[in-house]
Amino acid sequence: MLTHERQRATVEIKLTGELDHNYANQIRPQLDDLISDPTIKRLVFDLDELHFMDSSGIGMIIGRYKLMARRGGRVAVRCGNRQIDRIFEMAGLYQIIEKLA
Amino acid sequence: MNIINEMRIDFLACPENESFARMVISAFILPLNPTLEQLGDVKTSVSEAVTNAIIHGYGNAGGTVRMKAQMDDSGELTVDVIDNGCGIVDIQKARTPFFSSTDESERSGMGFTVMESFMDEVMVFSEKGLGTTVRMRKLIDAHEDAVAQHA
Ligand SMILES: Nc1ncnc2c1ncn2[C@@H]1O[C@H](COP(=O)(O)OP(=O)(O)OP(=O)(O)O)[C@@H](O)[C@H]1O
Ligand SMILES: [Mg+2]
Repeated sequence: MLTHERQRATVEIKLTGELDHNYANQIRPQLDDLISDPTIKRLVFDLDELHFMDSSGIGMIIGRYKLMARRGGRVAVRCGNRQIDRIFEMAGLYQIIEKLA
Repeated sequence: MNIINEMRIDFLACPENESFARMVISAFILPLNPTLEQLGDVKTSVSEAVTNAIIHGYGNAGGTVRMKAQMDDSGELTVDVIDNGCGIVDIQKARTPFFSSTDESERSGMGFTVMESFMDEVMVFSEKGLGTTVRMRKLIDAHEDAVAQHA
């Protein structure tokens, strides 16, 4: 499930369940719609309640990172799941995306 | 080494079956009393291989994915994910971190790297035009924080 919250220039997206290729395809249009306003400069992914993610999740997050970077915006990730965190580390994601506690 | 259990399923190469394949492999290995981490490693690796079969092997155009799994009495799990799709011409290149043949639909090129780091062994057999088999092995040894004890 996807829930979202906007505060001024920040949009926070909370994802629950399992982020795989199938789910990434399903939420991509909604996600891009939520950040389509160019005054949004910061996108936060709250993944604390995500139970599963594979490399499709990396692709989806890097895709949104590129979108935000084009308008001078940034992306941050909050992730309490150790398995998912390992995948982010492996992909060097934290070199371009802020890791929130 | 004696085989203590075996299974094989065929399913349609559609995205809905990515989670189905993960559920099947989880159910299969649960009697081995895996830790949460081992369970997650296997689920993630199966998800990578099945997704690759659907997207790359069959180019999102259907087909049949076969998953076979076997466990022996030493606690070693072997999983095969098989497609009869386009095959991989340069396997070594395909396994390189960040290599992806397609920039469509945002692939990161990390699938094989994830499988290699979460499983003990990953073998790839492939022939152009005939298809691909990804064989993965992992020792599932019981630990104190095994899933069954959480339940
Ligand atoms: N079953 C397959 N059939 C044909 N080609 C494959 C298959 N599996 C992988 N490949 C090839 O190997 C490449 C690398 O696969 P890998 O899973 O590492 O990355 P990806 O799928 O491109 O991206 P990601 O998994 O990060 O979303 C693919 O881009 C594809 O060219
Ligand atoms: Mg892949």
